[in-house]
Amino acid sequence: MANYKQYILVCGGTGCTSSGSNDIIDIFNEKLEKNNLNKDIQVVRTGCFGFCEQGPIVKVLPDNTFYVKVEEKDVEEIINEHVIKGRRVERLLYVEPEKNEKIEESPKMPFYKKQVRVALRNAGSINPEDINEYVANDGYIALAKALTEMSRDEVVKTVLDSGLRGRGGGGFPTGLKWNFAKKANGDIKYVICNADEGDPGAFMDRSVLEGDPHAVLEGMALAGYAIGASKGFIYIRAEYPLAVHRLEIAIKQAKELGFLGENIFGTDFSFDIEIRLGAGAFVCGEETALIHSIEGYRGEPTTKPPFPANSGLFNKPTLINNVETYANVAIIVLKGADWYRSFGTDKSPGTKVFALAGAINNVGLVEVPMGTTLSRSSYGNNFKRNCFCEIGGGIRNNGKFKAVQTGGPSGGCIPAAYLDTPIDFDNLMALGSMMGSGGMIVMDESTCMVDVSKFYLTFTVEESCGKCTPCRIGNVRLLETLEKITSGRGKPEDLEKLETLGKVIKDTSLCGLGQTAPNPILSTMHYFRNEYEAHVNERTCPAGACKNLIKFEIDPEKCVGCTACARVCPVEAIKGEIKKPHQIDQEKCIKCGACYATCRFGAITKS
Amino acid sequence: MAKIKSLEDLLKMKETAKKNLTIRNAANDENKIILKVAMGTCGIAAGAKETFNALVEEIAKKGLENVVVVQTGCMGYCHAEPTVEVNEVGKEPVLYGNIKANRASEIIEKHILNNELLQDSIIGETHQRAE
Ligand SMILES: Cc1cc2nc3c(=O)[nH]c(=O)nc-3n(C[C@H](O)[C@H](O)[C@H](O)COP(=O)(O)O)c2cc1C
Ligand code: SF4
Ligand code: SF4
Ligand code: SF4
Ligand code: FES
Ligand code: FES
Repeated sequence: MANYKQYILVCGGTGCTSSGSNDIIDIFNEKLEKNNLNKDIQVVRTGCFGFCEQGPIVKVLPDNTFYVKVEEKDVEEIINEHVIKGRRVERLLYVEPEKNEKIEESPKMPFYKKQVRVALRNAGSINPEDINEYVANDGYIALAKALTEMSRDEVVKTVLDSGLRGRGGGGFPTGLKWNFAKKANGDIKYVICNADEGDPGAFMDRSVLEGDPHAVLEGMALAGYAIGASKGFIYIRAEYPLAVHRLEIAIKQAKELGFLGENIFGTDFSFDIEIRLGAGAFVCGEETALIHSIEGYRGEPTTKPPFPANSGLFNKPTLINNVETYANVAIIVLKGADWYRSFGTDKSPGTKVFALAGAINNVGLVEVPMGTTLSRSSYGNNFKRNCFCEIGGGIRNNGKFKAVQTGGPSGGCIPAAYLDTPIDFDNLMALGSMMGSGGMIVMDESTCMVDVSKFYLTFTVEESCGKCTPCRIGNVRLLETLEKITSGRGKPEDLEKLETLGKVIKDTSLCGLGQTAPNPILSTMHYFRNEYEAHVNERTCPAGACKNLIKFEIDPEKCVGCTACARVCPVEAIKGEIKKPHQIDQEKCIKCGACYATCRFGAITKS
Repeated sequence: MAKIKSLEDLLKMKETAKKNLTIRNAANDENKIILKVAMGTCGIAAGAKETFNALVEEIAKKGLENVVVVQTGCMGYCHAEPTVEVNEVGKEPVLYGNIKANRASEIIEKHILNNELLQDSIIGETHQRAE
């Protein structure tokens, strides 16, 4: 047995890999060997640390030093300084933006300090391609205990009592779903893991699969035992090659050790898992569409009922849950429902993984207890509290918080007035938004709410399967209206149209895609109606984001006639003689803003 | 790999697998005790590397899960190398001098396990705190 004295953990998540972490690993190994250190120090390729924006990440143990933005050329210095002389390489440490100070150890970073990692318990600390490391962290013990010591009903009851709710978006109680599937009649039953993850910007499921694939396999096997299924499928988009690769390795290793396959742990329970690749269409994440896709048909939704629990894959009773949902199951079975309930809120127990993005300093993957608020109280109340703004390191460039978008294309925007709301399934619904899969985009004053709605609607229109009229045609009409408004051709009546049509689409669409597509519009119209009104009544964009509505003008009082602006204008829209005030030809101007950025005399205004 | 057929087998597998990871787990322990070994040029010349290894082995032998050994740069006590600094949460660090490899067990036995200082070897207090 190798007896390593130090470990160098290099992130092997998708973000860091694409910025070169594989090469960094190779160079580390090469240089350690050259220095005869390869017996003392092990280089471990882990899953995502969640701090992707600052990647590639390198963490040195046991002293927990956390290096960010490591490049190939830094490896030599880390070995010479840190490994050999024991001095931290200061310039690679993370700088905390609010206080502008260097932080050496990851547990001291506000980004990690406030997190509670349950679904991500192993991601970033184990090598996901080595089953031993999963087992060392209690892996497969829950499965062994359930199969040998618990009845199927007891497993279902534990999940039910834990209050776990599905992490795929709707928040349906997982234990209830398991109970339906267990009670359903059928000689053959199936378990499906929904790893489609189609929301723009979402990558929590990918990180779980890449960082800790066995947790998902174990959760699925527990589900299989609980409902009486012997076969599982993981439906994952082909755009996730690293996650697929790690799953393949994990399934192979689990089979070799007998955690999957025939007669698991010597019992009469047999369970196998296969991977099914999807083409990556948003609608294929909808459960009936997903089932059709696995069956080999077009990924189009059908009406419910029948629910998959009664008649799903190949018309057999089928349990379908999300990746993160399964990732929570094994630890719940191991530590008990009460343990799980000690996190989160009464109606939404446990933790949730969010992809925190937007105008915030620490973009990345965070897992926090349900009920975490968006901000510390914004009304001068100073006591510290866990919140997204703190984890996120504050608003970028000292900007002002405007809203947070949750739930992606199915969700909505929450304004500053609700910064103190504990984030859970029900509170988000009450605010007209959604949990969705856990996207959380923080927006500052430079974001236009009409533009945001347009972004999400463009996405849904492109992804609609076209099967039903309200979604296929209605959403296109909504989008056209938004385009009209943002280009300055909107009329006050258009606002009523958006609302009425939006409500009709919600009520009449066949599947969740259409039923939620108008949410971004309806929620921003609710909280930011003045912004819509400014667009149609005054033809201005208060955030200065809608190109067609901004106007650059030169103040003749301030202009000294230096000609700098005329020289940078790409379309020669600026005319004027030297030392005399210049003018912008509004017809020609393409609103690139180059002149605005160039003028040193503050003579150019943007409105 | 042989198939694991019972909970007992799995727990055995876990114990073995865990041993490989103790250092990594200890790193995240909030109450970890950190032993810093000075590894400047003169430290290494005086045998700090051997001391380091001996400490690691001693910790493994005793199965201490919250004690980690890390190397640091020169601490400025060339006359007393190898030097080892013991950092416990909530306590002032204690710096020992002249800790050759054969005294590793003494530090673990007395200081770590019995809370007993090695009076003769203390070379004054340091100002750096680990936490
Ligand atoms: C358009 C659409 C897309 C969806 N995409 C996903 C997805 O990518 N991943 C997911 O787990 N659930 C997705 N869902 C929700 C699933 O249909 C289903 O409710 C979920 O997988 C159930 O798992 P859970 O109970 O663990 O949340 C989507 C739903 C709709 C309507
Ligand atoms: S609502 Fe949209 S995505 Fe869903 S079935 Fe209808 S057209 Fe297809
Ligand atoms: S850069 Fe400013 S001051 Fe110079 S000509 Fe243009 S508007 Fe006038
Ligand atoms: S905004 Fe761009 S196109 Fe318009 S006047 Fe200024 S530089 Fe020219
Ligand atoms: S991919 Fe490396 S931290 Fe996320
Ligand atoms: S190198 Fe050891 S005290 Fe200076």
